[in-house]
Amino acid sequence: MQWESISDFFAMGGYGLYVWGSYIVAALCIVIELLDLWKKR
Amino acid sequence: MKPRHKRLLLVVVALALLGLGATFVLKAFRSNLVFFYTPTEVFAGQVPQGQAFRIGGMVLEDSLKRKDDGVTVRFAVTDSIENVPVQFTGILPDLFQEGKGVVAQGRMDPQGVFVADQVLAKHDENYMPPEAAEALERARKIKMESE
Amino acid sequence: MAVFFFLLASILTVWGLYVGFFVAPTDFQQGESYRIIFIHVPAAWMSMLIYLIMSFWAAIGLIMNTRLSSMMAHALAPTGALMTFIALWTGAFWGRPTWGAWWVWDARLTSELILLFLYIGYMALRASIEDPRRADRASAILALVGIVNVPIIYFSVQWWNTLHQGASVSLTKSPSMATSMLTGMLVMALAFWMYSIAVSLIRVRRIIRDREANAAWLSDSSGVQ
Repeated sequence: MQWESISDFFAMGGYGLYVWGSYIVAALCIVIELLDLWKKR
Repeated sequence: MKPRHKRLLLVVVALALLGLGATFVLKAFRSNLVFFYTPTEVFAGQVPQGQAFRIGGMVLEDSLKRKDDGVTVRFAVTDSIENVPVQFTGILPDLFQEGKGVVAQGRMDPQGVFVADQVLAKHDENYMPPEAAEALERARKIKMESE
Repeated sequence: MAVFFFLLASILTVWGLYVGFFVAPTDFQQGESYRIIFIHVPAAWMSMLIYLIMSFWAAIGLIMNTRLSSMMAHALAPTGALMTFIALWTGAFWGRPTWGAWWVWDARLTSELILLFLYIGYMALRASIEDPRRADRASAILALVGIVNVPIIYFSVQWWNTLHQGASVSLTKSPSMATSMLTGMLVMALAFWMYSIAVSLIRVRRIIRDREANAAWLSDSSGVQ
């Protein structure tokens, strides 16, 4: 385990914007695809 | 014209258009295939003359010098055969380091210095924890000393 | 059946992210920014793999004249496009802190962008042709022409000078990654795989239903006249 605290985890060693910017957009893409499939039910 | 012939014609026309499109894409692609030139190619004159291009290689150890203005740096790019001096004014990427990969975009000045307007760090495909990297470095040094 | 694959995908994602964020150590050159790898590489692999499978089904549909295989190809395209987009997006967010640029026109990045255009072109072509059987044939030809791009993406880092680094994991050499990093990446790849299967299964069912409804409606209206 390399994180001292929760804020340390979110900071990602100064790369928080890039790491979370990637993960959030990827998650959003998946949510949009699932919603689209659900709508066409 | 029978419907079947019409369909055939349509497919042939579509294929021809696609082929043409692919040719254009590949042509445009070709000019970017050589993303950077090596220092050896620079000395052999195999680089586009009088226009901007990119050079790539390793940052030569102990070559990084900062000028008095604090933002202009000079370093040498090497492919272990030839070295090209590079001058750059601006912020270097985080991974920029002596002994590591670099790609710089710019042009040669008359003095043979490559004046860069963009410097990119090229990292390799190795991923490991810092302790492992240190151990490898130690092992490398021991091996070098024993040789 | 789709539920089963969704469940698998969820479990694998939780496991993969746990390994990726809590077990895998910091990288010696890139610090924490390398953790983007756990979605970037799986998405990039899937973008190429889905294209191959899509072209395979499209080709079978074209040659054997089977409706179901064309519908399979149709169902895979949106997920493939999504994976390509995720690979490009996460790549940009990884390139900025490490290389110092969001985007460069090197061979790897350019060919992956062309892959996105191929997926979009495939879907646009399908949408523009009203008769589904003709749409099957025309889009199959497009998919098959575009297949040359897949090996170009994969081997671009070996064939040409690129800013993008070479493969860390390949069949020809042992992986150049610490074990826990590799585990996280492979588990996430498996999760993406399961997710893609689940989504494509649901989508192909919708497509079959819509097409049958459409065909029934057509024969009904002609019967009235």
